[in-house]
Amino acid sequence: MLGEGILKGLAETARNFFGSYVSKDRLTTIQFPEERAPRIEASRNFPFLVYDGTDPMAGLRCVSCLICEKECPPKCIFIEKSTDKKPDAVGKPQFYPSKFNIDISVCMSCQICVEVCPFDAIKMDNAFELSATDRFDALLFNKQQLAKPNEYYHEIHPTEAADVDAALAAARAKAAPKPPPPPAPPTTETPAL
Amino acid sequence: MTTATLPPSATLTSQSGDSDTQLLEVSMGPQHPSTHGVFRMDVALDGEHVVKLKPIFGYLHRNHEKIAENETYLGSMPYTDRLDYFCSITNNWAYALAVETLAGIVVPERAEYLRVITGELTRLQNHASLVGFLMQDMGASGTPLMYAFREREKILDLFETLTGARMMCNYMRFGGCRCDLPEGWLAQAKQVVDAFPRFLDEFERLLSGNEILMARTQGVGVLSKELAINAGVTGPMLRACGVNYDLRKVDKYGIYDRFNFRVPLGEHGDVYDRYMIRLLEMRESVSILQQAMRDLPEGPFTDPKTKVRNFRPKPGEAYGRIEAPKGELGFYLISDGTPNPYRYRVRPPSLINLTILEDMCLGQNIADVVIILGSVDIVMGEVDR
Amino acid sequence: MTPDTIDQIFVITKHWLLGYVPSALQPIVSAILSVVPILVLFPLLFAITTVLERKGLGRIQNRYGPNRVGPYGFSQPIADGIKSLTKEDVIPRSADQVVHFLAPLLLVLAAFLGYAILPIGRNMVITNLNAGLLYFFAIGSMVELAVFMAGWSSRSKYSLLGAMRAVAQMISYEIPLVLASVVIIMATGSLSTVAIVEQQAHYTYSLPHWFVFTPWGFAGFLAFMVAATAESNRSPFDLPEGESEIIAGYYIEYSGFKFALFFLGEYLGMFATSGLAITLFLGGWSAPFSFLTWVPSYLWFFAKLLVLICIFIWIRGTLPRLRQDQLMNLAWKFMLPMTLINIFTAALWHFMPAGILRWLACTALLVIPCIALSRGLKQGKKLQVRTYRFAE
Repeated sequence: MLGEGILKGLAETARNFFGSYVSKDRLTTIQFPEERAPRIEASRNFPFLVYDGTDPMAGLRCVSCLICEKECPPKCIFIEKSTDKKPDAVGKPQFYPSKFNIDISVCMSCQICVEVCPFDAIKMDNAFELSATDRFDALLFNKQQLAKPNEYYHEIHPTEAADVDAALAAARAKAAPKPPPPPAPPTTETPAL
Repeated sequence: MTTATLPPSATLTSQSGDSDTQLLEVSMGPQHPSTHGVFRMDVALDGEHVVKLKPIFGYLHRNHEKIAENETYLGSMPYTDRLDYFCSITNNWAYALAVETLAGIVVPERAEYLRVITGELTRLQNHASLVGFLMQDMGASGTPLMYAFREREKILDLFETLTGARMMCNYMRFGGCRCDLPEGWLAQAKQVVDAFPRFLDEFERLLSGNEILMARTQGVGVLSKELAINAGVTGPMLRACGVNYDLRKVDKYGIYDRFNFRVPLGEHGDVYDRYMIRLLEMRESVSILQQAMRDLPEGPFTDPKTKVRNFRPKPGEAYGRIEAPKGELGFYLISDGTPNPYRYRVRPPSLINLTILEDMCLGQNIADVVIILGSVDIVMGEVDR
Repeated sequence: MTPDTIDQIFVITKHWLLGYVPSALQPIVSAILSVVPILVLFPLLFAITTVLERKGLGRIQNRYGPNRVGPYGFSQPIADGIKSLTKEDVIPRSADQVVHFLAPLLLVLAAFLGYAILPIGRNMVITNLNAGLLYFFAIGSMVELAVFMAGWSSRSKYSLLGAMRAVAQMISYEIPLVLASVVIIMATGSLSTVAIVEQQAHYTYSLPHWFVFTPWGFAGFLAFMVAATAESNRSPFDLPEGESEIIAGYYIEYSGFKFALFFLGEYLGMFATSGLAITLFLGGWSAPFSFLTWVPSYLWFFAKLLVLICIFIWIRGTLPRLRQDQLMNLAWKFMLPMTLINIFTAALWHFMPAGILRWLACTALLVIPCIALSRGLKQGKKLQVRTYRFAE
């Protein structure tokens, strides 16, 4: 009969119309910015540098090995090595970056820099409200803008950060200077007369 | 908004016997709501019928293959995400397959299952959005599109929980996957997959018996078997013509021979067949997903011996291909022992399927051209690379 | 305040105001007092309909419609109006300036003229022409002229295509529109809309005598509504403004306020034909049950109008668009024979004695050709739901 399929379609639409007042499944809009979608732990946007402790510059884990700069596919990381050394996350004196710039207008959030970093120094942030009025300078993030504390890393990626902390603690324990051997116990032999 | 100008001289005359009518040349220009990206068609019309159609593409060319010659093998992986930007995971998979063939890397079992699960989820969301877009082009003012996108959002949330990004997933690595499933992902995925057949039923109720849809798609854009095989068409377009060629059954790449699924075939090769084949394929994908999630073994998620940095495959060449949602996606690599490939070539299914657009559209109305283009399922990122 | 006073409040107010005017000026002031409320009310209804449509479509598509401007988004038309007024009016240099300017004006004029014979309430009609229906259909043809003027004068291929399609569509669907109302003329014996409504305002056992409750009236109503959808270029017949193919069709070269005028004209035309459908088939301003006649008549008219508008929105949200040749096939091969058969059925109804036999005969006479014709339409293209085989 002509019109049967059309009537079935109309019934389906009417169901969705009335259902949108009743069930959450049929009204999936989230009213941004008053409501926000629940944050997903793994989501990634642009990289940031992790520092331990309270001083961003002294606690920076990055040792300026230049691996992330080399592996970055669009080549958006620009690092300058320092000339002196400072202790890194495990305690060894290492170089550190005197300049660390990431051009986020080029970065494609591929996460390869995070994968290849041997020192757990660079991780993915998920902040997305980064719009600026200048296309060039304002989108080139320098070391101060990129450095964020380890507590922030725990906030955004709890499971990952816990794993990284455990690995770093193990590495620190291995790298720590061994304690001096305990003094030999006094012998019970009588001294020779 | 490009408006075409009238031809300066009567260069084209109508073939319908009336010698003083001219053909109307319309450029359905690069900015058009229905051309699925920046794609241009120069159409010559005789009244309402198409006499000549020339597709012009290249507006989105981004030098992907040349960039890959200067990047490491791993560095090209995020760029493959951006080829067919709807289905980034299957793009990654095809490239990983090519490199694994080149370097002789063996993939552990759990990684293969993870690849199948994420690949079939990609196929589900691609076919769902495609059917939605087809309806949108037909003028159903976005209703089926919104329903399809509602389901697609759930799958994209799954991808974000697993890989960190909704569309540019960058999930495959040479020898397996980048990371393992987080807590609770499998349960969430099972929920999404089990709810999918209900959405498909709703969709079919809305559309499949609809007389207007049938009238507009049956008998439109017919593609014969011979022409399809000669032109190298692959994917759902080929199966809608009745040719039984699905790479998952032919090549049996990965572990697809362990799954029990059927390949739907069409008969007439028109737009309606292509639309229905995709709906049926979605149901088969759901079945594969349920089997894979049930049988997922424990184990490593990537081959631990494959190097991430300084990866140098032996000199040689390899071609890796998979059944992407749009057709046969292949990567041809020539390695010369350095960390960068010597030659990197993508076989884009959308481009090859697009070459017979003119043959399908001759004699049809201009309103049908848009629908036929929609049923070919092109993504300009892949056509232009 | 009796219900009757509330019902006639506008008529009473008008007569009271006319009392203050010298008798030489009374005809012209009376005309102005009748026309101005229509000029104010229906554009206001248009504004509300745009919001309702967007919110209705939104809810069908599992989302909110506009909900930021004003309470629940109902001030959206004010924002839209300001936007269209302040946009630059771009006229192509090669366009025919005079015709390009006049086309939207003619459209809105034709749409407004159609309201002259619609009885909005008891004793509330601008002019009671005794050839009211004939006047309405004559005015409706002016709309087609305006559409073609718009498409032709823009000197653009897309607009030309759209204009040709629009004119072909509107002319084809005029005929079922008129034929569907011929049955009403036969049943009432009069072309005057006031007389038609008054004949429907009687009740037996609290059920009204609306013509839609007869088999021929129901079929006529359906045919009229389908033809009205096609006349107003609304989905599923909106190929002339086929958004995904030729962008906006005949009004592609219009911007700013003229674009808004096209929209206004289209929606006003929709309201006018819906109003006529209500007048002819749904009893105009009469209440559905005899115990509800205390509600003022104009409220009933607008309630029915709102219901019809909601049905238009519902259909727009569901159905894809028909192609040009399918549209024409539907008009000439299905609607035209059905409306002709409807006329026979109405005549049969008139000459048979009242009773169940009359109902059965008329229903059969309508349903069987309908099924036969629809099979014929499908058969030509062999349309059917297909089943698919799977590879072994």
